[in-house]
Amino acid sequence: MFNNLKIIYHQGKQFIPDVTTAQVPGIFRGRPIISTEKVDENELKDICPMDAISINPIRLDMGRCTFCGECARQFPRKIRFTKEYKISSNERERLVVQEGEDKPIEMNTQSRRKEIRSLFSQSLKLRQVSAGGDNSCEWELSASNNVQFDLSRFGIEFVASPRHSDGILVTGPINENMAKPLRIAYDAIPEPKLFILCGVDAISGGIFANSEVLERSVLNDIKIDLYIPGNPSHPLTIINGLVDFTRKK
Amino acid sequence: MNYVTIINNQSISLNDIPEIQYFEFFELNLGLVQDAVQRHCVNYFGFPFDKRVKLFCCIADDSTHQIYVSSTIVTAQESLLSFSAKNFGFEKFEREIHENYGLKYKDHPWLKPVRYPKNRFDQSKTMANYPFFSIDSEELHEVAVGPIHAGIIEPGHFRFICNGEQILHLEIQLGYQHRGIEQQFLNKQKLLQRATLAESIAGDTVVGHTTAFSHIWESLVDFNLTRDIAYSRTIALELERIAIHTGDLSAVCTDIAYQLGSSVFGRLRTPIVNFMQEWGGNRLSKGLIRPERNQFPFTPELAARLTEILNIYEPDFLEMNEQMFNLPSVLSRFERTGVVSHEDVLSIGTVGMAARMSGLKRDIRQSHPYLLYSEIDHKPIVKNHGDVYSRVQIRKEEVKQSMKYIRTMLNNIPHINENSIDLKTPKPNSFAISLVEGWRGEICHCAITDEKGKLSHYKIKDPSFHNWLALAIAVRNNEISDFPICNKSFNLSYAGHDL
Ligand code: SF4
Repeated sequence: MFNNLKIIYHQGKQFIPDVTTAQVPGIFRGRPIISTEKVDENELKDICPMDAISINPIRLDMGRCTFCGECARQFPRKIRFTKEYKISSNERERLVVQEGEDKPIEMNTQSRRKEIRSLFSQSLKLRQVSAGGDNSCEWELSASNNVQFDLSRFGIEFVASPRHSDGILVTGPINENMAKPLRIAYDAIPEPKLFILCGVDAISGGIFANSEVLERSVLNDIKIDLYIPGNPSHPLTIINGLVDFTRKK
Repeated sequence: MNYVTIINNQSISLNDIPEIQYFEFFELNLGLVQDAVQRHCVNYFGFPFDKRVKLFCCIADDSTHQIYVSSTIVTAQESLLSFSAKNFGFEKFEREIHENYGLKYKDHPWLKPVRYPKNRFDQSKTMANYPFFSIDSEELHEVAVGPIHAGIIEPGHFRFICNGEQILHLEIQLGYQHRGIEQQFLNKQKLLQRATLAESIAGDTVVGHTTAFSHIWESLVDFNLTRDIAYSRTIALELERIAIHTGDLSAVCTDIAYQLGSSVFGRLRTPIVNFMQEWGGNRLSKGLIRPERNQFPFTPELAARLTEILNIYEPDFLEMNEQMFNLPSVLSRFERTGVVSHEDVLSIGTVGMAARMSGLKRDIRQSHPYLLYSEIDHKPIVKNHGDVYSRVQIRKEEVKQSMKYIRTMLNNIPHINENSIDLKTPKPNSFAISLVEGWRGEICHCAITDEKGKLSHYKIKDPSFHNWLALAIAVRNNEISDFPICNKSFNLSYAGHDL
C-alpha cells in the first residue's frame, strides 16, 4: 500500500489541464501557411510524395499531406508549418490551405447535422475500425485516452461493440480485405450515427491513394461527418477535433 | 559453390547468385539449417519473370555473420518437394510462394492462405472461405473473434477450439490489413514516396522499417553512410524500442486489470515519444529517417534534452517494475502462462523477443551488426521459460539496456556532415538485402533491380511473419481468458504481416 502511494506521488501531476490551449513541445508540423512569394510552382508540386500540393494558385491539401515537412524544408519562405494542431473539420474543402491565406481551420456548424450537438456533446461512444491502418493512428487514439490527454474527461470513449456506439472512427486507407467488415460494423450501429475519418490514409488513401488494393466505394453512400488529418493524427488534434465537432455552438 | 556468401547490407550482381536445380537448392538450404541453431532462413521468396518463378533463399549464419544466398527457377506446372515437410521453419515462406505464384507442393503439411494479396494466383480463394481447421466433437466448441476486435487495434480473425474454458487449438487468419505495399514500392518512382511507404509498413516500427529500406537503397547506390547518419539511426532505433516496450508493459498491465502499472507505464511512454517529436516533428518518428540524408541531425542540445528526459524516466520506470514484479497477483498471471518451449521456437523459427524468450539467441544487432552496433558490443537479453513472464522481463531489461547504450552514445556526438545530395540511380541487375533488429525482432528487406537500375522486386519481412504461429502455439491448454495477455505479451504486427 505504502509503495503504491509512493509511486503515485512520484508521478506528480501528469494530466494536461487544458487540452485546447496546451503547447506542443519541439518541432510540430501543424496547420501550414503558404506565402505569396513567387517560386517555381512545378518544382514545389513535384517535391511532395503525396500529391498534396496543387498549383495555380498553390494549395496544400491536409487531407493528403503526411506532414513530412519536405516542402517547407526546400521552400522555407513559401511554406511554413505552424504549431496549430486544431486542424480537423467537418468539411473536406476546409482542409485545403491556399497561398496568401492565414486563418484557423474550423468546423462549419451550419453544415453539421442539427442533432449532433444536442445528442453527442456530453457523451460520445465511438467504435474504432482499422481498415488497412498501419497502427500509428491506432496508437495515437489509444494515447488520447492515457492519463495525460485523458479524452474521457469529455465523455468521449471508444467502446467494444458497434451496437454500443454512436459512430465509427476509421483509420487506414480502407483496403479491399476490410471494406466488408467495415460496412457490417457501420450498419450495426443504431441511427443517428457518425462516421469519422482519422489520419491521412483514411481521409484520402494517403500514400496508397489510387492503389487498386483500396476499396473506398463503401464511402459512396455514407455521410462523412468529420475529418481528422495527420499521419498519425496527434492526440491533441484528435481530441480537439472530436470536442469541437460535437460541442461547438 | 552453389550459393554466394554476402553480409548484411551488401548488394551484389544478380549474376553472382548461383542458379541451381530445384532439388540441389532444396538439399542445399535444408542442409544449411539442419541441426544448426546458428543458422536460419531470413527470407525466401519468389520473383516472377517470363511465366516462371525464380526463387531466392537467404540463410543467415549468426556465428560467421554471413548470409548464404542461392536461387533456382521453377514453374507452376511442376509439383515440388516442400522444405516444410522436413523443416517447419519454411512453412510460412512456402505458403506465401504458393499463394502468390501458384507453385505446387507435393508434401506441404499446411498449405493455407497467408494474406489474400490482391494479385494472388488463385482468385477463387477469398477472405470469406478460409479453410479453418475444425474438430468434430460434442464436447468442444469454437469461438470466433474478429476481424474487428474489442479495443483500438488492427484487425485479424482468431478461431479458437475450446474444451470448456480451455483452448485446444487456435488458428489465426490474417490478411485484413493487406495494402499491396510491396507492389507500391515498384509503382512509386520517387525516393521520398518509397521512404513514406517504408514508414507505413508498420506504423509502430517506423524507424526499424525505414532504416531497413534506407540501407537497401544506400547499398544499391553505393552511398557511404556517414557517422552522423549512422549515429542518429542507432539512437532512433533504441528510442523506438524503449517507447514501445514501455507501452507494451502498460498494455499487459491493462489486460490483467492492474491499473497502477497500466497508468504509470502508459504515461512513461509519453516523454519518449514526445522527444521523438522534439527531434523530428512526429511522435512515431515519421519523417525522421531518410535514405542518403541526415534529415534531422542529432545536436548537442538534443543530447542534453534526452539526458534530462532519461534521468527523470529511469527512476520511475525502475520503481514501477520493482513493484510490479513483486506483486503475487501479477506474477500469478505472468508465470507459466502462454508458454512456447525451446523446441517449438526452434522449429517455428521465431525471431526477436519471441525467440529470446525461450533460450534462442537471435538478435541481428549482435549477429549481423549494422550502424554502430558493432561498437556497442551488444549482448542479447535471453530468457528461458518462454512464458508471459519471460516476454515481459525481456522488455524491462531491454529498456534498461537501451538506455545504457544511448547514454554511452550521448557522450560522443559526431560532427554533422553537411548534406550533399547527389542522387544516383541504383546499380542495374542487382540484389540487395538488409537486416535490422526492430523492437519486435528481425526485419528483413530484399530488393532486385532490372537492367536499367529500376526496382523490379521488393520483398519485406516483418518479424511478425514468423512469430504469429508462436502465439497460436502459446495459448494451447491455457484458459481462453488468458488469451489477451498472451497476445499483448507478443504484440505482433498485423500491418507488417499483411503488407
Ligand atoms: S509536408 Fe505535406 S505537402 Fe509538404 S511535401 Fe510533405 S506531404 Fe507534401
